[in-house]
Amino acid sequence: MSEVQNPTLTHKDFSSDQDVRWCPGCGDYAILKAMQRALPSMNNKKENFVFISGIGCSSRFPYYMNTYGFHTIHGRAPAIATGTKLANPELSVWQITGDGDALAIGGNHFIHALRRNIDINIMLFNNEIYGLTKGQFSPTSKTGIKTKSSPQGTTDQPFSPGELAMGAQASYFARVVDTDLKLMEATFIQAEKYKGTSLIEILQNCPIFNDKTHSDITGKDVKLDAQLILEHGQPMIFGKEKNKGLILDGFELKVVEIGKNNVAEKDILVHDKYNPNPILHTMLIRMRPPYFPVALGVIREAPRESFNQGISRQIYEAKEASHFSNVQDLLNSGDTWKI
Amino acid sequence: MADKTIELEKVVVKFAGDSGDGMQLTGTQFTETSALFGNDVATFPDFPAEIRAPQGTVAGVSGFQVHIGRIEINTPGDAADVLIAMNPAALKSNIPQLEKGKTIIVDIDTFKRKDFEKAKFDGNPLEDGTLNDFKIIEAPISSITRESLKDMGMDNKSMMRCKNMFALGMVYWMFSKPLDNTIEFLNRKFKNKQLIIDANIKTLKAGYHFAETIEALPSAYSVLPADLKKGTYRSITGNQATAWGFLAASENSGRPLFLGSYPITPASDVLHELSKHKHFGVTSFQAEDEIAGVSSALGASYAGNLAITTTSGPGLALKSEAIGLAVMTELPLVVVDIQRGGPSTGLPTKTEQSDLLQALYGRNGESPTIVIAGSTPSNCFDYAYQAAKLAMEHVTPVILLTDGYIANGAEPWKIPQINELAEIKPNFAIEGTENWQPYARDERKLAREWAIPGMKGLEHRIGGLEKEDITGNVCYLPDNHEKMCNIRQEKVNRVSEFIPEQEIYGDDSGDLLIVGWGGTYGHLYSAVKKMRENGKSISLAHFNYINPLPKNTQAVFSKFKKVLVCELNLGQFSNYLQSKFPDIYFEKYNKVQGFPFAVHELITEFESKI
Repeated sequence: MSEVQNPTLTHKDFSSDQDVRWCPGCGDYAILKAMQRALPSMNNKKENFVFISGIGCSSRFPYYMNTYGFHTIHGRAPAIATGTKLANPELSVWQITGDGDALAIGGNHFIHALRRNIDINIMLFNNEIYGLTKGQFSPTSKTGIKTKSSPQGTTDQPFSPGELAMGAQASYFARVVDTDLKLMEATFIQAEKYKGTSLIEILQNCPIFNDKTHSDITGKDVKLDAQLILEHGQPMIFGKEKNKGLILDGFELKVVEIGKNNVAEKDILVHDKYNPNPILHTMLIRMRPPYFPVALGVIREAPRESFNQGISRQIYEAKEASHFSNVQDLLNSGDTWKI
Repeated sequence: MADKTIELEKVVVKFAGDSGDGMQLTGTQFTETSALFGNDVATFPDFPAEIRAPQGTVAGVSGFQVHIGRIEINTPGDAADVLIAMNPAALKSNIPQLEKGKTIIVDIDTFKRKDFEKAKFDGNPLEDGTLNDFKIIEAPISSITRESLKDMGMDNKSMMRCKNMFALGMVYWMFSKPLDNTIEFLNRKFKNKQLIIDANIKTLKAGYHFAETIEALPSAYSVLPADLKKGTYRSITGNQATAWGFLAASENSGRPLFLGSYPITPASDVLHELSKHKHFGVTSFQAEDEIAGVSSALGASYAGNLAITTTSGPGLALKSEAIGLAVMTELPLVVVDIQRGGPSTGLPTKTEQSDLLQALYGRNGESPTIVIAGSTPSNCFDYAYQAAKLAMEHVTPVILLTDGYIANGAEPWKIPQINELAEIKPNFAIEGTENWQPYARDERKLAREWAIPGMKGLEHRIGGLEKEDITGNVCYLPDNHEKMCNIRQEKVNRVSEFIPEQEIYGDDSGDLLIVGWGGTYGHLYSAVKKMRENGKSISLAHFNYINPLPKNTQAVFSKFKKVLVCELNLGQFSNYLQSKFPDIYFEKYNKVQGFPFAVHELITEFESKI
């Protein structure tokens, strides 16, 4: 039999027959659209895509994708996705999660997935609020936010998902905004190619409970100065006039203007996403307006064996070395006696 | 060999010492040598939860009891005929169980004032009359061990590590056992460490010759081979049998085995055993916690593996939500709970049957699962196999209960033929089925089809939200929810059509029916057998299938004047039966001491009921 080529797929093939039930204006719509557009460009069969989610608004995502989908329980999706990937490494496994699901109830599974580098793609919808339970603060909410469960404002420090990921030995981290469909589509495609845990933080807007929480980054009037879209091997330049860039000043990053104070384009730091050392990546992750732009695109892609590759290798090596051809051989092995 | 050898039907030997004294290894060696010789055996390792509790204290005593016989052996014995006490603490913790006239071998070198004090004896028990009722053999185990190794250039600590071999050597002589098996074992275990091999063998032989020489042991005993069914045998523990049952189920079903687990006593040995067998394609995943253990297994099941998770009571509590997800999504999953004393952390190294209700009901919502139980170390193989078969054929989670006693206990096992085991046919969907529906069911089992990612054309979504009948779409309608709850319950109920009927040991009617389940089988059977030999009208119905119960269950109970349910908890199975069969009165006999029943206490109780 000859190889049957899949007919060319389009975004429509990945759209399920279920009504989408997110609130009007929710950032999730754009993410769904970008994903449906990105999938046909990925080198895998339709039946090999699996979307696994936890609980929360974002976790309804699998119901709207015409692929295999598993809407699981709160916080546990990384563990379920790990089992799925280990059971069948051919699958392209996508975990859909939010800031509450991944970083509060599911924090343990999240850091261990990153540490192991299991080859799954984690899409972390970060809207800095609990939406599905109607508006309590989340582990990424800004300090002082007033919500139903924090009428006087919160007193706790939020997580920075990227920094947490670096602490957990993450090899791959990208960040996108829900207002940039093209960047999302391109980033999803890149993430899928990486053989390890690809973590994509999506700065997503919740128009009902935390509207405009990212507007200092995504606002039309500010975005060119507030976003640095990284490309590997390219100088880190941004701004309306494309004249701002980053340099290292001692142990700190510094924003400079090209053409001022003898700064030339060649002085600007060049992005190296493959650098195994996470220090500069972490500095990029930490950048926030108003002084710094937010780094978007693929910030880190350090080469490392994936967890499933390691497991498959051990199984292969064990099979090669084994003198048991079947379970009966095992039962008959060692000390036995006849009666 | 002694001039005079006395033949025994059976004997119970217990090795007891500090948890660092190597008592588990010593006991295991004596067991294996006896089993290889053809004795029937049953063992009971009993050790503290602490790895090295303070030396010389009762809290730190580790024991290994083994019962060997030329007759059928079903329990490790109520109490030892010969106790080897490596220190006063070991003596202290075992005296209460010993019957008068039994033999105690003590290491006399450890009976110094500070040792009694640590063991909380008021004076020297060897001198103050405490042991008047017993035959005491005082053996200078530590000093002879040291003496025989003095020229080998070892430090004192290393020499003292060999003293368990001295004790073993003595017991080998007493029961006329050869040393070869243990010598071979030492050569294997300490390969490339010649000094350690030589020192251990030297001490083993020193103990053997010491026993032969001293006058305290006037004769040696022998326990001839048992009259077991013809076949090839091996010794096996419950945890090993559980692991191997899953390997067999994986091979016979063609589904790769996935274990997601987090270490917990007394279940970790299943994780260890399966981790050794990656060559059979086993993925053993040590997860970050209990929840990730079961969740990863469910993820692997979703992708088509035979997926299991292993734990003990506290872990089962943590896994509840994910088991509920398996109930709702109707995926095959086997959860093994190797029960220990509870609640909370409880008694990690002691046995109990108190997770039964947690297994049956410990989840939110109407959440039925199949629950089955192993009842001897070796039949854990059969029930692990059966758990995997039921999970994959009925596409539903199964909880397999064993307990610390059968998990760590060993017995001879007639090796089965894998190709003669019942066939396993996972209920897979067929690729290319037109208009396939994820929650359509077969009529007999009510099982939905297992469609796994990678199957072309069967893309679908499942999840923890209520499912619409047939389509599996999210559905909040009241009538649909009630219908689905009933379907999930009926699906489990119908499993009773696919499991064997309940058997009775003894007559199927009479004065007293003893009812048990799980790991108490050996003790209940031994007690009932003995009473039947004395002409009593007593029978035993011992359950392995808990939910659903075998379909003849009510008929079994109804033919006896009295029904007495015996369990190592406060009456969980009897309450369960009472709720199912309100017309029958179930009497209870319960024990929750972290220990198995003793046959003599059962007989006393049963006699009071007839």
